[in-house]
Amino acid sequence: MKLIAAMSGGVDSAVAAARAVEAGHEVIGVHLALAANPQKYRSGARGCCTIEDSHDARRAADVIGIPFYIWDMAEEFHDGVVEDFLAEYAAGRTPNPCLRCNEKIKFAAVLDRARAMGFDGVVTGHYARTQLSDSGKTLHRAVDHSKDQSYVLSVLTVEQIAGAIFPLGDTTKVDIRKEAEARGLAVAQKPDSHDICFVPSGDNAGWLRDRLGSEVGPIVDQEGTKIGEHKGAYTYTIGQRKGLGLTVPAADGSPRFVLKIEPVSNTVVVGAREDLAVSLMRGERPVWCGPEVSSTPHRGFVQVRAHGSALPCSYFFDGVLLVAELDEPLLGLATGQAMVIYDGDRVVGSATICETQ
Amino acid sequence: MSSIYVDHAATTPMVETCFSAMTAQMLQLGNPSSLHTNGRATRKTLEDARESLAKEIGALPGEIIFTASGTEANNIALKGIFWSARKNGRNVVIISAIEHHAVLDPAHWLAEHEGAEVIQVPVDSEGLIDLDFLQETLNTRRDEIAVISIMHSNNETGVIQPISEVVKLAGEIPVHSDAVQSFKKTPLSFSELGLFALTLSAHKVGGPLGIGALILRRTVEIPALLHGGGQEREIRSGTLNAPGIVGFAVAASSNHYDALRVEELRDSFIAGVRKVIPDATVNGVNAKRLPGIVNITFPGTQSDTLLLLMDGQGVSCSTGSACSAGVHEASHVLIAMGHNVQTAQSSLRFSFGATSTQADVDYVVSVLPDVIARGRAANLS
Repeated sequence: MKLIAAMSGGVDSAVAAARAVEAGHEVIGVHLALAANPQKYRSGARGCCTIEDSHDARRAADVIGIPFYIWDMAEEFHDGVVEDFLAEYAAGRTPNPCLRCNEKIKFAAVLDRARAMGFDGVVTGHYARTQLSDSGKTLHRAVDHSKDQSYVLSVLTVEQIAGAIFPLGDTTKVDIRKEAEARGLAVAQKPDSHDICFVPSGDNAGWLRDRLGSEVGPIVDQEGTKIGEHKGAYTYTIGQRKGLGLTVPAADGSPRFVLKIEPVSNTVVVGAREDLAVSLMRGERPVWCGPEVSSTPHRGFVQVRAHGSALPCSYFFDGVLLVAELDEPLLGLATGQAMVIYDGDRVVGSATICETQ
Repeated sequence: MSSIYVDHAATTPMVETCFSAMTAQMLQLGNPSSLHTNGRATRKTLEDARESLAKEIGALPGEIIFTASGTEANNIALKGIFWSARKNGRNVVIISAIEHHAVLDPAHWLAEHEGAEVIQVPVDSEGLIDLDFLQETLNTRRDEIAVISIMHSNNETGVIQPISEVVKLAGEIPVHSDAVQSFKKTPLSFSELGLFALTLSAHKVGGPLGIGALILRRTVEIPALLHGGGQEREIRSGTLNAPGIVGFAVAASSNHYDALRVEELRDSFIAGVRKVIPDATVNGVNAKRLPGIVNITFPGTQSDTLLLLMDGQGVSCSTGSACSAGVHEASHVLIAMGHNVQTAQSSLRFSFGATSTQADVDYVVSVLPDVIARGRAANLS
């Protein structure tokens, strides 16, 4: 096949590209320039958007022996990922920008462009696997569960999965680094990126405060009584206990947690730990990574964070919303997070959580 | 797969006689500044080369200052002449809107750091500078102008600028011209043009990378940017790059570039492109241009996509414009000619050279329909 390898400048995408070449594909390396001004988003060698990162990607492509280009996706990234991130926080939800980037950039803008240019698919260094089955190509967890990235890929449609190649899904990260070393790739020991790539400082709350302002508002209990003040509602997360600065203690003296963020009234609602418990979640705009889910409940697992645990549940699709009923209640779940349904290690689909109870 | 090189304006193959002269010189021991036999031998070879190059550019040997690149020569010219004129209270730097970054950036640096005022002469839709604008500026600001720098021909479009008219209008004001693309492609004489300074680069004429020259009149000395051993009229210190200079002179005096033949190839290419991509437009088509450069806009495409697809077909061409972190900027040259960002980013530069053939032209034309079709599809996706 003729493939585009998306090369961030990190070790994973470099080894993925090398493996694709070795598998006999015709591979072209592409680094996505996601920041209009690369230094604006991040400096240092931790992310995927700096000039050094693009240099690292180019060096890796040279060592592998494939052509290399840089694609300017800054506008698409800003509109589809950064703006979405801000809008979600402004609406009191908790988005995952990596998921949005896969959905709108890597397996949309890049894959579409690649296909139009005559390529068959896109290779990335994600830790996930695909399998061919009777129902087509399906998406599965990586062998290395600690590095598994199927959660952030759960927004891919069948059509997108068909054009996605994940050569690293069968290997542990430790072995990928060894392999990179053996292949003579200088990025073998380059540190993993952790934070959000477009938040240079890693200070998410500060970054949001700079862009969304820090309008003071009330912190109330579940009865609506004001018991404190916050400095920008979106800097709080559901389940947060520390840093609330509450002056009035709870009647029973027990700690209080953020239960809800209401952007319109700029209010943060707090309550007792047990009030955080969620046993049912509904998600909107579902995406199916294989056959569509029916209205009959199925047994499976739901995951609500990129590296969270798989929680046993029953799930079904009511025609509009994806619903999951947990076997055991979960503490602290924010709307805006993705709920990803698994059937064993197969990704069934995902939706954006809009309601919990 | 075929490998077709149509990016001769970026750099062009080294002339074989240059290669042999350079490699021979590399084995010669002697610092040209040394006073002993070895030093004198290198110095002689080097001065022979200087005289040979002087003849080629219509200058006196003493007017040649060797540099490491055209960029360096442009920097010395702009900054040096500016600093020298500033002593007389002149702080205006006039450049054209279509200069190479090696002139644009030093000019804007002078504005940001040295109190210069930069005035850009606009160009018309064919890419020719507006002489009326220049005349008007000279009428109103003559006593404030430190230097005028207008390129001899544009690196993206090949459009040749009316430098003798510029010099005439300028009168006593120093005029510098970046002639990196013009040298050996179109008639060029430093003395006939009456310039104050002119920039050349060796690798554009079949010489090596890493050597350039500033041709600078001896009437006014300018302050040095590099201080040290006092070489090159104390303007550009540093041990002279004897093999590079020898190679430069040999390449410049070899007659391997047949302008007429290259022009025929280019015109044949344009005719071929028009046949297969009827809505393609040639930028600066009605202006007098260099023989080898053609800049074409392919509506509905993105040049970086086209470049990738062309490369995939074994064709090396260019967007012509500068890169910022590997991302192609919309060409300031095309925008100055009236393009918008979108159409400026749908353009490619093809440049032919001494080693180009009709077979190259035919091959590039043959792959264009598919490349443009895919490029257009990718642009819509």
